[in-house]
Amino acid sequence: MKVQRYTHETGRNEMRTLFIYLVFPGFAFTALAGMMASWLERKITARLQWRVGPPWYQSFADMAKLCAKVALVPAAASRIAFLCAPAIGLAGVIVASGLLGGVDLGLSRGCPGDLALAVCLLLTPPLSLIIGGAASRHQLALLGVRREMRLTLARECPFILASAVPVLKAGMTLRVAGLLAHQQAHGSFLWSPSGALAFAVSVVCMQAKLGYVPFDASEADTEINSGPLIEYSGPLLALFRLTRMMVLIALPVYLLTLFVGGAVFRGWGIGAAVLEYGVLLLLITLIKNTNPRLRIDQAQRFFLGPVTAVAAAAVLLALAGR
Amino acid sequence: MGWRRWARTKSPWVFHFSTGSCNNCDIEILDCLTPRFDVERFGIQLVGSIRHADILLVTGSVNRRVAPTIRELYAKAPAPCLVVACGTCACGQHMFKESYHTMDPLDAYVPVSVYIPGCPPKPEAFISGIVKAVHTL
Repeated sequence: MKVQRYTHETGRNEMRTLFIYLVFPGFAFTALAGMMASWLERKITARLQWRVGPPWYQSFADMAKLCAKVALVPAAASRIAFLCAPAIGLAGVIVASGLLGGVDLGLSRGCPGDLALAVCLLLTPPLSLIIGGAASRHQLALLGVRREMRLTLARECPFILASAVPVLKAGMTLRVAGLLAHQQAHGSFLWSPSGALAFAVSVVCMQAKLGYVPFDASEADTEINSGPLIEYSGPLLALFRLTRMMVLIALPVYLLTLFVGGAVFRGWGIGAAVLEYGVLLLLITLIKNTNPRLRIDQAQRFFLGPVTAVAAAAVLLALAGR
Repeated sequence: MGWRRWARTKSPWVFHFSTGSCNNCDIEILDCLTPRFDVERFGIQLVGSIRHADILLVTGSVNRRVAPTIRELYAKAPAPCLVVACGTCACGQHMFKESYHTMDPLDAYVPVSVYIPGCPPKPEAFISGIVKAVHTL
């Protein structure tokens, strides 16, 4: 067995990896950017409703306020699962943001199969919601958990099919760096028929993965009193909210990486990436503000019906070289 | 002002509970969220669970059926949580005092921090009352 000697060089590499995942573009950067993106989304919503909206520091005040409150654990709850659930989603999105951002910006080379890893990591936030809601053993939380499970199973099918389109077009590579290199050489996948269809499917699935209207039946505030989060308070609730804000960065970055070619860390690349992200955020907010909430059976039929059909058509077009 | 106090004054989340009101006060509370008054610019959000709330807005005259519920609701709220009695019914039972279905006023069941009288109070009165409540957090 070959044992790697620990040298000054390996120490520097480890520090660099820690920096990528914990500081930039990982946890610290994604958390700050997520809070600002969440504020921007609320501000755009307010302006669409002819309101003023919250001030720029609102997300920070919300997080700080939650951290200053008491975290209550219900007596009937499964204690360990209840306390650990928020950390599961947060850990997943930290690694996903570090992975995608690191490869996008050329700071790391990723690893074989890192695209599949990113898809799995982006599944951890709804998984943590399901675990936390089930652990709380509240009737409304369990109702929210059932809805979230149905929605997750329904939306992941077309999402994975849509994610397969860039993989097929780039010669069956499962490396994020490979997809980016192919797009830099041959143009982004968005401008092909299969890529455009797959992107549209991914945007709809992203709306559901973010838990936004019209696919927010699992956490419906006024209907089931926040569903899986009904018993969460204080810092534990803050972790769930922070995870959602970070997903608001990680998911659009995932879409931009797959279909638009990511961010190129030179010239106007970063500015173009910020603009592209802004367009996606605007799209998310517009969809949220112009649609009613769908019932869970309607959402499930929608994803397993027309959305999966369009995703399947995109895959067939990709296989045909279009 | 410490960071905790700053955060609590800039992000007061509100849970609204009716103890048997006629709905006029409830409608006026919702008016505060509309574009004319827009309380979200003060960081105020209506939340779905009492576990998420900093302020418990109570309307209605507290009938026999709901009295144990309001106590339980207050017990479930994580500290700090203030109670605001909205409308004359919540403040002192109004015309339903000594009625067959009411017992004691709201402050006999939970500690009330702010009273907002009116039948119903105007949205301006609600905002004024909540701002006063927020500064005691």
